[in-house]
Amino acid sequence: MTATTTDPVLSFDEAMARFDPVLGLEVHVELNTVSKMFCGCSTVFGAPPNTQTCPVCLGLPGSMPVVNGKAVEAAIRIGLALNCSIAEWCRFARKNYFYPDMPKNFQTSQYDEPIAYDGWTEVDVDGTTYRIDIERAHMEEDTGKSLHVGGATGRIHGADHSLVDYNRAGIPLIEIVTKPVEGTGAQAPQVARAYVAHLRDLLLGLGVSDVRMEQGSLRCDVNLSLRESPSAPFGTRSETKNVNSLRSVERAVRYETGRQAARLAAGERVVQETRHWHEDTGITTPGRSKEEAEDYRYFPEPDLVPIAPDRAWVEQLKAGLPEPPRERRARLQQEWGFSDLEMRDTVGAGALGLVEETIAAGASPAAARKWWLSEMARRANEQGVELTALAVTPADVARVQALVDEGKVNDKLARQVFDGVLAGEGTPDEVVEKRGLAVVSDEGALSAAVDRAIEANPDVAQKIRDGKVAAAGALIGAVMKEMRGQADAGRVRELILEKLA
Amino acid sequence: MPDITREEVAHLADLARIDLSDAELDHLAPQLAVILDSIASISEVAAEDVPPTSHPLPLTNVFREDVHRPGLTAEQALSGAPAVEEQRFAVPRILGEEG
Ligand SMILES: [Zn+2]
Repeated sequence: MTATTTDPVLSFDEAMARFDPVLGLEVHVELNTVSKMFCGCSTVFGAPPNTQTCPVCLGLPGSMPVVNGKAVEAAIRIGLALNCSIAEWCRFARKNYFYPDMPKNFQTSQYDEPIAYDGWTEVDVDGTTYRIDIERAHMEEDTGKSLHVGGATGRIHGADHSLVDYNRAGIPLIEIVTKPVEGTGAQAPQVARAYVAHLRDLLLGLGVSDVRMEQGSLRCDVNLSLRESPSAPFGTRSETKNVNSLRSVERAVRYETGRQAARLAAGERVVQETRHWHEDTGITTPGRSKEEAEDYRYFPEPDLVPIAPDRAWVEQLKAGLPEPPRERRARLQQEWGFSDLEMRDTVGAGALGLVEETIAAGASPAAARKWWLSEMARRANEQGVELTALAVTPADVARVQALVDEGKVNDKLARQVFDGVLAGEGTPDEVVEKRGLAVVSDEGALSAAVDRAIEANPDVAQKIRDGKVAAAGALIGAVMKEMRGQADAGRVRELILEKLA
Repeated sequence: MPDITREEVAHLADLARIDLSDAELDHLAPQLAVILDSIASISEVAAEDVPPTSHPLPLTNVFREDVHRPGLTAEQALSGAPAVEEQRFAVPRILGEEG
């Protein structure tokens, strides 16, 4: 079985005409604690392999885990932000399975006593609000990272052997599981995406995770099933693992809908299984058949005592929650005077916080939005990263806009300033200095350039003298070209019109 | 009397990645049945009024400060590895499972 295996797929529209989708989303979020869930090892991303381990997270005999209190606090705050009840008393459990990414041969997780349960949240898609019920949010630990060598694709099929790095093993993980999400109809792909984007914003607002999907600190498993009609019982679901970008969440729902619809339409059954998502081809292929819960032989973790969050503590954490994302969006839209479409684009690009910080650093809302959604979005897209991963800060963007407002650079030069900042050449002011990007404010030089342009284009000059002011564009272009873009186009226009009045 | 079938033992062996021969299954299944039987006698001692106990000590909320503590060097961590490659634990490939 390889990634190129293709199943028959029904078009999304046809699938929607015949079937009703039901979603279930499991999101794993790595917390940004300094140390791991049960030991003091560092959680810093990107360290050399196996340099962040100890006897506890390697599962060596005789080692004993101790719970990271900060991770428990983060779990409770996440639960509260999702309107969950917080358990009065709960335990960790061992989830037993044998796979090399888990050195202990079990994952310390929670089973039937999650720390947070029965919550809800709301997401907006094209003006419609969908309520997403939350089944549970529980604490667990991340696994190590396997590298499969010898196979053609780097994935496990055909791999000769695997190389494991346990730096990630034991990093605190919160798994957030929705109840079945019904009633989305053809908007299922967008609802799935909007939910993950919403969670990302919410977790970012809580400050409990870096929520970097490209680094794997936010990962999504997409459950999907189809049924004949909204009143029919749930169909058999597939679980597509590790869908790790917002765009992929949407694509995976779309693909699985088409694949399952094709099977059902052909009178075949959907197999309950986990499936791999292939980012490059946008399809899923079968993974292992799902183990039953009893195969994991869960039992209470004897080495960790139960957790019984004090009610006063829970209330205190609740009182300290930040403004919820939807309320925040509504408030910011009002403050900034954005249209619904502008706001949707800003949120969709993951730029809300960046725009907010850019405005706080002094830029106008329109300017902040313009830079992040056009210039920065283009560059992030080229690099294949999220906006937040760009090497440019909101303060940089605000400073560049200030340079434009002061007439020191024009829009074209501003883009070159960003080139420099992104290339690590320093602050916007330093880049202007080093690259010599300031517009020519020497009136004499400008005036001479305008004279030369008029002389070189007598026909155009005559048209302007005759009152066809629109023709000035050609002369402005000529002057800007001569000044290699480093002139204030507005001032050039003024000079041309003065001279040809 | 609890019973454990040969098929159940084969399934558990499969989950535990232990390759058991037919002869070993025939040999082990009755042994496990005896062990289960012994454990079951505890249930007879624990009457209805004794709740299932996972933790004998009346302790809750034992937390650690979120501070970094130095652990093992890569060399120390890998000293017990079956094989090492690229500073990682090298293990046999796993067939038919996810990566
Ligand atoms: Zn450790």
